[in-house]
Amino acid sequence: MATRILIPTPLRPFTDKQDAVEAEGKTIGELLADLTAKHAGLKAHLYNEQGKLRSFVNVYVNDEDIRYLQKDQTPVSASDTVSIIPSVAGGVDVMDDVRGVLREAEQLPTLTNEEVKRYSRHLIMPEVGVDGQRRLKAAKVLCIGAGGLGSPAALYLAAAGVGRLGIVDFDNVDVSNLQRQILHSTPDIGRPKLVSAKEKLQALNPEIQIDTYETALSSENALKLFEPYDIVVDGTDNFPTRYLVNDACVLLGKPNAYGSIFRFEGQASVFATKQGPCYRCLYPEPPPPGLVPSCAEGGVLGVLPGMIGVIQATEAIKLILGVGEPLIGRFLIYDALRMRFRELKLKKDPDCPVCGTHPTVTRLIDYEQFCGVTPAAPEQSSMAQTSNAGELTALELKQRLDRGDKLRIIDVREPNEYQINRIPGSELIPLGDIPKRYAELDPDEEIVVQCKMGGRSAKAADFLRSVGFKRVLNLKGGILDWVDKVDPSQPKY
Amino acid sequence: MTDRHLTVPASVEASIRHHGEETFPHECCGALIGSGDRVASVVELPNTTEEGPRRRFLVRPSDYRLAEQRATELGGELLGFYHSHPDHPARPSQFDLDHAWPTFAYIIVSVMAGRAADMTVWFLKEDRSTFDEGTLNGDQNPDSHTAPAVHR
Repeated sequence: MATRILIPTPLRPFTDKQDAVEAEGKTIGELLADLTAKHAGLKAHLYNEQGKLRSFVNVYVNDEDIRYLQKDQTPVSASDTVSIIPSVAGGVDVMDDVRGVLREAEQLPTLTNEEVKRYSRHLIMPEVGVDGQRRLKAAKVLCIGAGGLGSPAALYLAAAGVGRLGIVDFDNVDVSNLQRQILHSTPDIGRPKLVSAKEKLQALNPEIQIDTYETALSSENALKLFEPYDIVVDGTDNFPTRYLVNDACVLLGKPNAYGSIFRFEGQASVFATKQGPCYRCLYPEPPPPGLVPSCAEGGVLGVLPGMIGVIQATEAIKLILGVGEPLIGRFLIYDALRMRFRELKLKKDPDCPVCGTHPTVTRLIDYEQFCGVTPAAPEQSSMAQTSNAGELTALELKQRLDRGDKLRIIDVREPNEYQINRIPGSELIPLGDIPKRYAELDPDEEIVVQCKMGGRSAKAADFLRSVGFKRVLNLKGGILDWVDKVDPSQPKY
Repeated sequence: MTDRHLTVPASVEASIRHHGEETFPHECCGALIGSGDRVASVVELPNTTEEGPRRRFLVRPSDYRLAEQRATELGGELLGFYHSHPDHPARPSQFDLDHAWPTFAYIIVSVMAGRAADMTVWFLKEDRSTFDEGTLNGDQNPDSHTAPAVHR
């Protein structure tokens, strides 16, 4: 005894494009069971995980909704026509896309009279208002790094009244930081950045809680550190940590207010929301090590992180308030020289290894290895006490020069770096020019290659050896170590 | 990313934007009628939600039937639905996902402070896990050329 079932447009792909099919059963329950047995693709769309008809699926016997008949038990016969009719529903649900950032109004803390005064310019705007300010007070934001990006971001987040601000950093303040890292001042040189940061932020806003974590972010500690927070502000300056922050945010479902800076160009986006893309949707693989220089190697306009860090803070605040259009699925590129913003559309990649449909990265991995970086960086001048084969230290170089050894010193840095400091007698051939200028050198003479910290010159040494140079030595620790150990009269940068 | 795209002529796009602005701060909804991947016309439908029209919309079964009938009358098919997100971005919510139908195109128009802004189109993945964003073809939404506000 077959009953005719009318199939709505969106379900026809599952019934071989037919708008009506037949199924058997004495009740609606039996009929639909037979229908989904014959057309298996229908099941997921008609029933929820608990095996109940989805709330937006309406079943009619002739013109009667089965909800008002006997539901599943409604009897059917061959003379009836059963229709499946969709309700179409939807709407706004910001809570979902910024999972957990917004809280229900009753759970929000109240504002003290002091806070009402402090935040009055927020309170009089309807987009923020008292409820918005209470959301900010309830919010917890973690800044990765208290450097160029972290400084302005943390200052504005603290000023805006974000109730709990966490900062992860392990560095001390260096004089070369002060050109852009505005959380720190000249008297802070040599102090831990976290101590300096906490002092400034707490002085700016004593109402908020500031938690500092003096540690290098790692695969071992990232999930635990991120867990208590709603939003992560990524102010990192290297690829392993950037991928680590991204993956941890995706795994925990926490939005990542991302920013990066180089020379005159900045980038910003919001990654790792549920519907939106993540950093890996944009860059599945890191660039080969050494291809993209860091700010320490390439330089950065001091005011640039101010712009980008403030964009990150703006996005974090918008996510907390649930207002406006977040930078989700949009990649903002800022060119300070031309003073222009460009925007690229980003889409979530279903094949993304971490946020895609079938992720292959389901826990944090070894990001140093992933990015092809060896954990013990050869560029650290503190490591330059002893030399390996093919290397020499600054002190060894000095001794050999004093002995009168004939050494040709090739400085592979850029001309503007060579202007700042140099080893007497060195010749400048920037790394990029070595392949076309090595003929100027004699393959049989003893050559010392040198850069700022020893990284670029190691590449130059490898190249020279590959084209037949037999006696090439790399100056370990670069000119920085030379200035430290041999010639403190010269400036460092 | 999905290869799916939807062609929406300028006049249809304008109707959707206008509908979103008209019902602001409430959500609007309507049906997309056409054939293949080309929308030829829209049918405005009443938002019958009982959960607050600022954040929700509902097309009840009788209006759904009406939309299918209208599609047949026009010699086309029902391609999907559009709705607005007042003061929220044009991205689908979990609620949208929970209530989505397969194969349909879902156009979302963001209406910020009463003015229609971004418009996007989405398709439910067959396993219902998420939406894929499609490409909207047709007249691009030109940037507004209003004078910038003076900041104090």
